Amino acid sequence: MSEIDTWVARQRERAAHLPGAALPWLTRRRADAIARFADLGWPTSRLEAWRHTSLAFLEQQALAAPDSAAHPAATLAALRAAFDDGGHWLVFVDGQFAPTLSVIGTLPTGVTVSALSEAFNTAPDAVEAAFGTADDSASPYALNLALCGDGAFVRLARGTALEQLLHLVFIGATGAADSHLRNLIVADANSEASIVEHHVGGGATLGTVVTRVQAAQDARITHVKLQQQDAQAIHVAQIEAEQARGSHFASHSLSFGARLARNDIHTRFDGEGCETLFNGLYHVDGRRHVDHHTLIEHAMPLGTSREYYRGLVDGNARGVFAGRIIVAQDAQRTDAVQRCDNLLLSKLAEADARPELEIYADDVKCAHGATVGQIDEDALFYLRARGIDEVHARQLLTYAFAAEVIERIAHDALRKHARTALLARLPGGAMLEELL
Amino acid sequence: MLKINNLHAAVDGKAILKGLNLEVGSGEVHAIMGPNGSGKSTLAQVLAGRDTFTVTDGSVDWDGTDLLALPAEERARAGLFLAFQYPVEIPGVSNAYFLKAAVNAVRRHRGLPEYDAMDFLARVKAEMKAVGMKEEFLYRSVNEGFSGGEKKRNEVLQMALLEPRLAVLDETDSGLDIDALKIVAEGVNRLRSPERSMIVITHYQRLLDYIVPDKVHVLSQGRIVRSGGRELALELEEHGYGWIDAEGKATKTAAGARP
Repeated sequence: MSEIDTWVARQRERAAHLPGAALPWLTRRRADAIARFADLGWPTSRLEAWRHTSLAFLEQQALAAPDSAAHPAATLAALRAAFDDGGHWLVFVDGQFAPTLSVIGTLPTGVTVSALSEAFNTAPDAVEAAFGTADDSASPYALNLALCGDGAFVRLARGTALEQLLHLVFIGATGAADSHLRNLIVADANSEASIVEHHVGGGATLGTVVTRVQAAQDARITHVKLQQQDAQAIHVAQIEAEQARGSHFASHSLSFGARLARNDIHTRFDGEGCETLFNGLYHVDGRRHVDHHTLIEHAMPLGTSREYYRGLVDGNARGVFAGRIIVAQDAQRTDAVQRCDNLLLSKLAEADARPELEIYADDVKCAHGATVGQIDEDALFYLRARGIDEVHARQLLTYAFAAEVIERIAHDALRKHARTALLARLPGGAMLEELL
Repeated sequence: MLKINNLHAAVDGKAILKGLNLEVGSGEVHAIMGPNGSGKSTLAQVLAGRDTFTVTDGSVDWDGTDLLALPAEERARAGLFLAFQYPVEIPGVSNAYFLKAAVNAVRRHRGLPEYDAMDFLARVKAEMKAVGMKEEFLYRSVNEGFSGGEKKRNEVLQMALLEPRLAVLDETDSGLDIDALKIVAEGVNRLRSPERSMIVITHYQRLLDYIVPDKVHVLSQGRIVRSGGRELALELEEHGYGWIDAEGKATKTAAGARP
């Protein structure tokens, strides 16, 4: 039996026990999804979008449950300590909602924050509308649809605003070889929220995560993802946004952990005057691998998109960025900027940065640029000529390069937390603490 | 006392300094003038320890220390300061952090207590006022988006904070209008002291109207070809560098003709 068959068998075996199994539409979609996955298999380097990041190795490799991982309560306590403003905390352990760890404060009327496993019962129609189908993306996300039983369900009624951050914490502890999560964020007109995904722990598991965002007219949604999983974890994730007229969506993706991390991030402007920010930072070392594939679809006029990605690639690691921007024929007066800059910190590190612009409209402003380079020798000498030793100077310049991305996070405590997370990854981080 | 003896330096195999001799006594201000490509900036960079330049011969003795044996950061800590011709922009590093890291690195080396945040701020604000820099420049990234004049003021500010024994000013006047030039020159003059030597590198004599040197040297093709008092600068102003180049070539030809 190949590993693909194992996945199909696993899905058949789990399907009846997954949350939402009583919903006929969901059972059908899950069956379609596993059939699609069985048909496509894991993506290999033969597919253009997976050229640098084949998952074919998963076919040969049986996944084992991790033998040790941090205690979820302790992990969560450490995380919460970084945010003294409270916030709302929805916690999942090994892919399942952990109600005893979760703390949801008082929510404004019209705002729903719940686990997807609960929402299947409490808001099945809304979940159905936002859930997504199997046939619209790559095979790992079909597998996600077939196997996911939990995640966050967030609904913001017209004109509501979630003032405090909503933290979604996904802790990989012991007891599962794979986990599949789906987060649904449905923002009605004029609503506003900032949602943070924290991915921690995870041992050597495979985790798939799909986050779907629907931003109605003039809604403002900020999504921050901080991936700090164990160095053996495999993290494959998709963020799918749909934006209506005048809406604003920001995606910040900070990818620091995991052996292999893949992020597919996509937004589509379905109305005029949409704005988006794609802001990303990745750090990989050792033999780790990170891949961001992004797509911004300017389908309507007067849209503005800003995309800034930076990578720190060390050791034998590899960082991949492929950023596609499509400006449809109708999307006149589009204003799009995309940049991806990589800093190679070792001779064997490798970075691929590929911008792809497809422009069908004629009245547009589009700029893009991609670089792969080393630390600026002029800056290094300038610091040394002021008495700062070379090691410290290199660390300082490395941090400063990455910090530009972090400075775009508007929320103070979150920005500080992200800085600390970055410094913990970098040699000499403790010495640079006074930067904070 | 700085003694540069028969200094030869090359970049990418191309010889730039070809036997440069210079002595600068304590508290003296020496101007080095010369046409483009004569090796002025190379001299500044070699003294500061830039390793893109290879010293192929000669020595630099600085109060008994072999300057060339020290890496750049140790030269700085020991009291050598280079005011850059093109100060580098470092996005993401605040000027405040940079200045504090630099000052404390030097103070550690000198056995002085490091400044804490409060003491440092008080000191840096006082010095900024003296060079006419607004406080906001503390919180901006190092030199990022600074105008030419602001960058040069930032160099003079660093010099004031680091209190060097030897300051090398590499074309500190370039790109400055006359008002900015005056402010920068005042900053430099304020720092003149019997314990501090200065080498002022410039293409134009106008800077020397404001920073009056004890000696003037003319650099051509990697060597000091003339030394004199202030009047030498005025001579250069009047006649340009043409005659120096011609003289340099003539010397070379004569030397080459020798059996």
